[in-house]
Amino acid sequence: MGKISLSKVSKKFGEVAVIPSLDLEIEDGEFVVFVGPSGCGKSTLLRLIAGLEDVSGGVIQIDGVNATETPPAKRGLAMVFQSYALYPHMSVRKNIAFPLRMAGLDAAEQEKRVTAAAKVLNLTDYLERRPGQLSGGQRQRVAIGRAIVREPKAFLFDEPLSNLDAALRVNMRLEITELHHTLKTTMIYVTHDQVEAMTMADKIVVLQAGRVEQVGSPLELYRNPANIFVAGFIGSPRMNFVEGADAARLNAHTIGVRPEHIDLSKTEGHWSGKVMVSEHLGSDTFLHVAVDGLGTMTVRGDGEVDARYGDRVFLTPQADKIHRFGADGKTLA
Amino acid sequence: MATQHSRAAARLMISPAVVLLLGWMIIPLAMTIYFSFLNYNLLHPGPHNFIGFRNYYYFLTDPSFTTALWNTIVLVLGVLLITTVGGVLLALLLDQPMWGQGIVRVLVIAPFFVMPTVSALVWKNMFMNPVNGLFAYFAHSLGLQPFDFLSQAPLFSIILIVAWQWLPFATLILLTALQSLDSEQMEAAEMDGASAISRFLFITIPHLTRSITVVILIQTIFLLSVFAEILVTTNGGPGTASTNLTYLVYGQSLLQYDVGGGSAGGIVAVILANIVAIFLMRMIGKNLEG
Amino acid sequence: MARNVTPARKATVTVLAWGIGFLIFFPILWTVLTSFKSEGDAVAIPPVFLNFHWTLENYAIVNQRSDYLLHFWNSIVISFGSTFLGLVIAIPAAWAMAFVPGRRTKDVLMWMLSTKMMPSVGVLIPIYLLFRNTGLLDTRIGLVIVLTLIDLPIIVWMLYTYFKEIPGEILEAARMDGATLRSEILYVLTPMAVPGIASTLLLNVILAWNEAFWTLNLTAANAAPLTAFIASYSSPEGLFYAKLSAASTMAIAPILILGWFSQKQLVRGLTFGAVK
Repeated sequence: MGKISLSKVSKKFGEVAVIPSLDLEIEDGEFVVFVGPSGCGKSTLLRLIAGLEDVSGGVIQIDGVNATETPPAKRGLAMVFQSYALYPHMSVRKNIAFPLRMAGLDAAEQEKRVTAAAKVLNLTDYLERRPGQLSGGQRQRVAIGRAIVREPKAFLFDEPLSNLDAALRVNMRLEITELHHTLKTTMIYVTHDQVEAMTMADKIVVLQAGRVEQVGSPLELYRNPANIFVAGFIGSPRMNFVEGADAARLNAHTIGVRPEHIDLSKTEGHWSGKVMVSEHLGSDTFLHVAVDGLGTMTVRGDGEVDARYGDRVFLTPQADKIHRFGADGKTLA
Repeated sequence: MATQHSRAAARLMISPAVVLLLGWMIIPLAMTIYFSFLNYNLLHPGPHNFIGFRNYYYFLTDPSFTTALWNTIVLVLGVLLITTVGGVLLALLLDQPMWGQGIVRVLVIAPFFVMPTVSALVWKNMFMNPVNGLFAYFAHSLGLQPFDFLSQAPLFSIILIVAWQWLPFATLILLTALQSLDSEQMEAAEMDGASAISRFLFITIPHLTRSITVVILIQTIFLLSVFAEILVTTNGGPGTASTNLTYLVYGQSLLQYDVGGGSAGGIVAVILANIVAIFLMRMIGKNLEG
Repeated sequence: MARNVTPARKATVTVLAWGIGFLIFFPILWTVLTSFKSEGDAVAIPPVFLNFHWTLENYAIVNQRSDYLLHFWNSIVISFGSTFLGLVIAIPAAWAMAFVPGRRTKDVLMWMLSTKMMPSVGVLIPIYLLFRNTGLLDTRIGLVIVLTLIDLPIIVWMLYTYFKEIPGEILEAARMDGATLRSEILYVLTPMAVPGIASTLLLNVILAWNEAFWTLNLTAANAAPLTAFIASYSSPEGLFYAKLSAASTMAIAPILILGWFSQKQLVRGLTFGAVK
């Protein structure tokens, strides 16, 4: 079981309210991702759930029990830190076994669980090494191993992939997602990378300045962002925003069109512009187009688009994929 | 990490150290202040009368005070000058590629671990002694009259001894700082066309500023209270030629048993040290922030 | 910086550095050599460097005459005693300041450092009188107390800079792993802190061993450590160079060896972590 609910949770550092007041329900077995720009309070929120920070107000319940005042050791949660926080003086085996030792399990049971975890995480050959002798990816795995052996109610991940290189990051992303399918334990994952959020989450919580901007499945957020902030934050490359006459015609203050929802033509279209930079990724081509009177827009074309610097192109937004926003930034129905 | 519970525990853990140091600061200092207003000599039994600022008046108007103050300044500045300039040069030399760098380091650092009484006595007797000292022998073999260091130039000789003890410290710290200099920064400067001299002036020296500050701060703390070196070599003499403030107050207190006068001198020393300290702490505070 | 240095340049630097190193080290070397000479050889003109009759008699005489072992023991008790006592007081304080920093932690640390600025001579009289009246004068315990207080700020600072380098996340990880405060300290913090504590211990033993204000002023025959014992050679025995050298060599050898081992930590420790 791992149902976590926050009601009216707030956190102040001195006079600064990092999290004004926040309600959130996390269901058992869910993979929830907190995403937002740096400084949005997502890590603080995770640490409040972990018990590493005291709440300034509000109630945190774990499985229906009030855990607001419970020390971290007693909450039954496991955490994977950004720096992995492995114990440098202990071997991999001892690192993974540490929570079991703390829980007072007997040696045989410890050994059994460590061996099992090491097998799942491909660490069997490294059990006697020290963390200092491991690569970044292996350390990451040890940190995860340390978290899974104790079979916690929920896993907390604090930007666990940010210290890995790009290729490894994609790998670990898959491994963690797979782990979730196998364990079916609640996972709360903090990241500033919306790609990680989109690819891993059952439920995404978009945060800004300590406020929840929107909660929903990745596709819900992609299709129906609640406001300009979410629209701009979710989806890559970023949504194009247009104000002025084009927006006014649709009774909106601002309209937004994703790069993949713009049709590209060499002959005719709604907007006309000059190609500046074109990024050929093989499968796709992203064109950065200086649109006359509107500024730069990003457009996705297929991989074979042959556009060069200075070419004139025409862009047409797909009418049913245009997002409309009011002056307050909220999405218009 | 910062939970209420741990805050309270933290305060409890810090308090013994703070209370002890506070006690160590306040109790004896208060006693010194109290004594400094009394007519109190251990050799003269009888009532200890309150005599106001008379002890201070005697202490400050005594010509040996001016001499001692001046000697203290010369001693501190002299040693600082020798050790920082010498330390920078030595550190630059030791930073070059060479054979047996580790051994040279060990040789250079050694004097720092020699206790003050030993180094003072060794220098006094085996090197500076005008009859049997090595320096006298060298003078003779060059056909010169041996120089009686400790009577002709007592303060200078003491500066030399103390500088010998502290040069290793400055060298070691500056060498460590040099070795932490980012080599890419140097290479970038080289690519930018900076000559060896401008690289030294615009990159090495600014990089060393912080460490030089630290060297000056720490040495000053210790140099202001040089004592043993004077005690075993010159006893402050001839006359008061090599008496510093610490030694002057010591003499007044434990040689003349003048509790009142010694206390007044002690307070003067504390005040002067505090003036230096405020100045230094400001300097180091700025340099250590980053 | 994988660049070739011409052998000529390297040779020049080597000769120069070894030369200067030798000059700086020479007084110590000379002292050690002289300690093995007869008194005649010690003042021979011209001085004899290695070609003299080596003897151990000076060591024997110094030991017999002046109860060297008592002073050596005093030095051990005083330097280790004050360091251990200081560590016991400073470890909790430094731990708390490093891991639960408050708003005033920086100020407290600076204040502690500033107590080092107070010249010892400012409190010489009250300490002397207090010691005289309580019978602590010329006792080892008295010196241990004073040196503990003198060194406490440095010990706190050194430990603080070492503890500061232990990442806070590791302690949080231990807490998440279900460790109680006791097991957190026992299994995670202590093993990681031991190297720093060891360096602090080493450096403070060196500082306390060589302390030469309080040891000279608060002791006489009974509790005098080696600093004070050597000072008694200032006259007229100082003119017996070989014996002075033997006594000096015995006084500095242990700490010289300890010191060479602690070179690296010396820089960090004495600069309060400002230079690494």
